[in-house]
Amino acid sequence: MAVESVFPRLEALLPLVQKPIQYVGGELNARTKDWDACDVRWALMYPDAYEVGLPNQGVQILYEVLNEQAGVLAERTYSVWPDLEALMREHGVPQFTVDGHRPVSAFDVLGVSFSTELGYTNLLTALDLAGIPLEARDRTDEHPIVLVGGHAAFNPEPISDFVDAAIVGDGEQAVLLTSQLIRAWKNEGRPGGREGLLLSLAKTGGVYVPAFYDVDYLPDGRIQRVAPNRPGVPWRVSKHTVMDLDEWPYPKTPLVPLAETVHERMSVEIFRGCTRGCRFCQAGMITRPVRERSITGIAAMVEQGLAATGFEEVGLLSLSSADHSEIAEVAKGLADRYEGTNTGLSLPSTRVDAFNIDLANELSRNGRRSGLTFAPEGGSERIRKVINKMVTEQDLINTVTAAYGAGWRQVKLYFMCGLPTETDEDVLQIAQLAREVIRTGRKVTGTRDIRCTVSIGGFVPKPHTPFQWAAQLDHESTDARLAKLRDAIRGDREVGKSIGFRYHDGRPGIVEGLLSRGDRRIGKVIRAVWANGGRFDGWSEHFSFDRWMAAAEVGLAGTGVDVDWYTTREREYAEVLPWDHIDSGLDKDWLWEDWQDSVGGGEVEDCRWTPCYDCGVCPQLDTEIQIGPTGVTMLPLTVVSSPVLAR
Amino acid sequence: MARTPEGPPPPPAVQRLRLRYAKRGRLRFSSHRDFQRAFERALRRADVPMAYSAGFSPHPKVSYANAAATGVASEAEYVEIAVARRCDPELVRAALDASLPPGLDVIEVVEAGPGSLVDRLEASVYEIRLSGVDLSTARAAVIAFLEQPEVMVERMTKNGLRSFDARAAVVALRATPEEAGLSVESVDPAPCAILRLVVRHTMPAVRPDDVLVALRRVADLAPPVPPSVTRLAQGPLDTATDDVADPLVPDRP
Repeated sequence: MAVESVFPRLEALLPLVQKPIQYVGGELNARTKDWDACDVRWALMYPDAYEVGLPNQGVQILYEVLNEQAGVLAERTYSVWPDLEALMREHGVPQFTVDGHRPVSAFDVLGVSFSTELGYTNLLTALDLAGIPLEARDRTDEHPIVLVGGHAAFNPEPISDFVDAAIVGDGEQAVLLTSQLIRAWKNEGRPGGREGLLLSLAKTGGVYVPAFYDVDYLPDGRIQRVAPNRPGVPWRVSKHTVMDLDEWPYPKTPLVPLAETVHERMSVEIFRGCTRGCRFCQAGMITRPVRERSITGIAAMVEQGLAATGFEEVGLLSLSSADHSEIAEVAKGLADRYEGTNTGLSLPSTRVDAFNIDLANELSRNGRRSGLTFAPEGGSERIRKVINKMVTEQDLINTVTAAYGAGWRQVKLYFMCGLPTETDEDVLQIAQLAREVIRTGRKVTGTRDIRCTVSIGGFVPKPHTPFQWAAQLDHESTDARLAKLRDAIRGDREVGKSIGFRYHDGRPGIVEGLLSRGDRRIGKVIRAVWANGGRFDGWSEHFSFDRWMAAAEVGLAGTGVDVDWYTTREREYAEVLPWDHIDSGLDKDWLWEDWQDSVGGGEVEDCRWTPCYDCGVCPQLDTEIQIGPTGVTMLPLTVVSSPVLAR
Repeated sequence: MARTPEGPPPPPAVQRLRLRYAKRGRLRFSSHRDFQRAFERALRRADVPMAYSAGFSPHPKVSYANAAATGVASEAEYVEIAVARRCDPELVRAALDASLPPGLDVIEVVEAGPGSLVDRLEASVYEIRLSGVDLSTARAAVIAFLEQPEVMVERMTKNGLRSFDARAAVVALRATPEEAGLSVESVDPAPCAILRLVVRHTMPAVRPDDVLVALRRVADLAPPVPPSVTRLAQGPLDTATDDVADPLVPDRP
């Protein structure tokens, strides 16, 4: 059955909206497969504006992996801005994909990638515009399976009313397995209908179907237990881990949009996972173990990607790029290869050490040296021990000395406020650090023309980290502490004018905290916020704290729990956490011990270079660390200089 | 201790090329900035030996002229590039056209002769399709507009709301029926009048949507759906015929 494009109807609305190009598709390297020649069809969504969603690597990888399969089709869809949303409602135009402009409701699966919890209301907008019932229990065999992934899916409970299934971990192999099961189910005549398909997915042990679990609560509001309610459904759902990154060199042909987006460059993921052990960092905990892409694999992806896109910059991505075991060779090899081609190379590393400066110098050999970013995260030595960020003040001063000495003119420092055990004094030491940075810079360069920017945001405790039990700092205290720091920096007559101060107020962090560590009872709150107009909560101009608090008042009435209970309350060892049945591979007892150690200032080394400390991931998931060095070097590229164009 | 780039300065420009391209179909919704990014990436993919500016942030030497507004399709957009090695214009055209997405189509490339291209772009010809407007209504509106010595309109610009005359810059405006044979009128009974607008390039620029606002002001012309606008030509204005000539004529061998 042919599915018609909604483009003719959409086209009439486009002259009336802002930045219409974001809705027309047709990006370089986009593909639109024959609908009727495929029997498994995915709509992939990044639930934010196109300018943020298009560069998302996760969506681009899955889009390509799925479209390479015979008989499988994947198209992309993004959140539409409120101006177009209003027109689509007025004219009856449904949520569409930008590739074929097909209605999202016509696909087998709507796969949504959540990097952040603040996209939850945008999921509801998309479902509603698509004509898909908001709540999973109201859907029929006619509707797509709503499947979520991404880091936020490691606690899918707050959106369990709205999603049919969640997959945690790496998606490459998981989407292929899911496609096979959908195809088998269709070929067999859809046994058991929608529930039959979900059951076959759940039985793999790697797909979480919220409807197949019951949650009981204790009289005080805590969870008593979460238990499967169907035979064959596992007690815990495990995450997916791709072991050999060189076998998955995606995206091979990255999308090049016409519209302006937040990342105007090609990205190559040089490794996945991180074992630095920063206790606040959810990404570092849930993506273990470390798996490196080889130096030759990186070189091939850069070469192929540049040829396919024409991008003028390449970013080498990972959670801590300077930690690749052959990063010096990678940086030198790429800098040599692309010297004189006006191709920029960037390494978004925030490591505080001189080696990092050497790398940055190498990559900017003949380019501008504007700013370097470091992330000490905590202002005092004591608090850095609490979060396991093993950086001394002397390390930082040595690093910025090297940076200013090599011609860099601006240093950015990232910090967090509201960390466990933190006091005003810990945060005020940031002003002291920044002053030392400026003094050092002026001495090294002999000029006052240097700057330091302090960027600070509120800490939000996340599931599957040692801080998952911690109390979040209330937003009034966060704001008061940040105000004191601001005054301390601005009031410094010697260096104040050389220090920029950027901070985020504490209120969005409380909502993020509510959604991060929430349970199924939060679904009513999300729905009420959306019904009251909540959209694009990650954008300060659209976010309304009051709307969230009013919705929580109503949504949580009668439960005995409230926003503070979810956010500023410290949990005990024995409490059942809403995400305990999602297995990230981390041993809960190890996380607890690390939490206890943190308060006592105990440190954990990186297990890439020191013995295993039993976080649990490798034995639990039957995986292991995959790092070099390989000892291979990058050969110079033979630059083919367009003889065809020459006269 | 200011750093300067090491090594020799970038090779100088040895040839200038003038391009005519079209913006068609759904890509008419691209803005001028969108086109610039797409064009500069296409130059890299097509391996055109661009001349670059000097300094730490070298930019390829590209001059853009007079871009059509977002949402307006065009058959006549012009760009000039400078290259560091001599190139065959037709090979550049083919390589760039293949490298740009369908809908951004390179129609012609010529080696630049003397004189400025921008100075030759004196006026534009636009076609404005008014779906749902019948011919007599459109004609009446055009007559009412042409009778006025001046029609003031307002538009939001970078410098705030500006008020200006949309009449003086209009050299010619004509309403015609949809060309027979092009559409299947017997099947689609909805009326559709076509306006052909010749407008001089002035400051501030008078755009087709300004003329549509003016038609609404003088004759209450209110198309039921947003009109679709295509720029058909840009070039020197021939005052004898009120038409626009091909601006690349002086460059052709």
